[in-house]
Amino acid sequence: MQFLDFEKPLEDLNNQLEKIKAIAEKNHVDMSASVKELEASLEQTRKHIYENLTPWQRVQLSRHPERPYTNYYISRVCNKFTELFGDRNVADDKAIVGGFAEIDGEPVMIIGHQKGTNTKMRQLRNFGMANPEGYRKALRLMKLAEKFDRPIVTLIDTPGAYPGLEAEERGQGEAIARNLFEMVNLRVPVICIIIGEGASGGALGIGIGDRVVMLENTWYTVISPENCSTILWRSWDFKVQAAEQLHLTSRDMSGFGLVDGVLPEPVGGAHSQPEAMAASLKEYVLKTLTELKKINPDKRIEQRIEKFSKMGFYEEV
Amino acid sequence: MSSTWFRRIKKGISTETKEKKEAPDGLWHKCPECRTTVTQTALKENLYLCPNCNYHNRINAIEYFDILFDKGEYKELFDNIAPKDELHFVDVKPYAARLKSAQKQTGLLDAMTVGVGEVEGKKLVVACMNFNFIGGSMGSVVGEKIARGIDHCIKHKLPFMIISKSGGARMMESAFSLMQMAKTSAKLTQLAHAKLPYISLMTDPTTGGVTASFAMLGDINIAEPKALIGFAGPRIIKETIKKDLPPGFQRSEFLVEKGFLDFVINRKDLKRKLSDVMDWFGK
Repeated sequence: MQFLDFEKPLEDLNNQLEKIKAIAEKNHVDMSASVKELEASLEQTRKHIYENLTPWQRVQLSRHPERPYTNYYISRVCNKFTELFGDRNVADDKAIVGGFAEIDGEPVMIIGHQKGTNTKMRQLRNFGMANPEGYRKALRLMKLAEKFDRPIVTLIDTPGAYPGLEAEERGQGEAIARNLFEMVNLRVPVICIIIGEGASGGALGIGIGDRVVMLENTWYTVISPENCSTILWRSWDFKVQAAEQLHLTSRDMSGFGLVDGVLPEPVGGAHSQPEAMAASLKEYVLKTLTELKKINPDKRIEQRIEKFSKMGFYEEV
Repeated sequence: MSSTWFRRIKKGISTETKEKKEAPDGLWHKCPECRTTVTQTALKENLYLCPNCNYHNRINAIEYFDILFDKGEYKELFDNIAPKDELHFVDVKPYAARLKSAQKQTGLLDAMTVGVGEVEGKKLVVACMNFNFIGGSMGSVVGEKIARGIDHCIKHKLPFMIISKSGGARMMESAFSLMQMAKTSAKLTQLAHAKLPYISLMTDPTTGGVTASFAMLGDINIAEPKALIGFAGPRIIKETIKKDLPPGFQRSEFLVEKGFLDFVINRKDLKRKLSDVMDWFGK
């Protein structure tokens, strides 16, 4: 178990608990009363911390090294999965995965950003930062789903689209723009779920859906707090303030009507009980698919356009 | 010894202000590229191009409308849409104060101006970004004006043009700014379904969320010479790859080579070409 800086009280309690358990085992004494007390205190403290998370702490949670990624959810949510590779043009982008899936017998196309779980894999997955071919692969799979009338589920978790030289040469901007344009008019239901980081165009590039929801401890906005701090404060040190000013939490985003809802996470974050998180994500997808399938495709597209067209604040003077 | 001849005897400047003979402010313009000096009048007559090196100086909506529309006549649309600081965003300066000072400095309400007029007798709606308003950044007003511009085109069956000139998203509007990418792309699909032409002209600079949405979605994507066009800015790419960028990287001519622009157009030929293109579209 890895603890984040704000989880220090939990780490201390946890250490105490382990010590007492070790003593009890070594000396064959019954310390179950103390263990129980400590466990209760641990739960209490955890609850208290998680009820009062700051925006920056949620950003930290969204990047927790043990946080479940797309492939984990696929393995828990889908009873069948066939991964499909390549954009048919340049390459296969490992930062975005996708393929044919079945959720409780329901065929869907599932697509998501994928981060690595160790140093080597993190490099292979390019830290979840996709190149244009990643967005083009995603679009290819979405058009395939549309052709065979299968709903689409996207899982979003990226620190941003990759700002590299080749990415620019191959049209990163065009690739994302094309996805926005095409996703608006997909004739099948589209559900988008932010499972970790929702950074800017890189997230939006697979993020146009009939329902866009965020897991509780994720963030979604136009720029990462660190980059926002660097640009507006001209220093790396204001990421905490930037996180607050950006209003990037799931609660803020849902309050603004920029996302359609929040999926609660277990106390302690998605990584503390990944199985439970996956189960509730699956339940949400199945329930929402039933809802969306009742709407006829033209109407669905109309509602999608209307939803995004309403976003923004301004006044008429 | 001789230097004493030039020594100042009286201290300070004694010429009275009203007697000073100074060139009026901004009478001359120095090309930032080749340092050639030219009068403002001559520069304007040359459509703000350097007569020596063809450098395309940055201009705003008013100047573009003057160049594009017949006799410089046009009607501004949706000029009553003003920005709002819904998030009460504060960095080193409150967003509200930034807005106020930008409005005072430019006389504009926000970074987008929409006009409808005739180009060689053919009606066209042009949405043009003003770089002098917070770096032409894309906030809610920019998105809303594009949306309404598109509605206007659909209602009156007119072609649409966007002149982009922007650093990208407006961070002070946070996710609302991000969602303008989705909003404008969604509205452009409606224009496409109405089979009305959309011409995207990119000018220096066009980066970030603007490139990754409406700027790259034209029926034709065109650009002024040597304009910086990209998703990530050159500084960020340099930091990422830790190498110098090749000359001409992310410039218009580079994008033509890579296949992302239909052609590069000199500002002097813009109106003529636009008219030809509109003829071809038949709208």
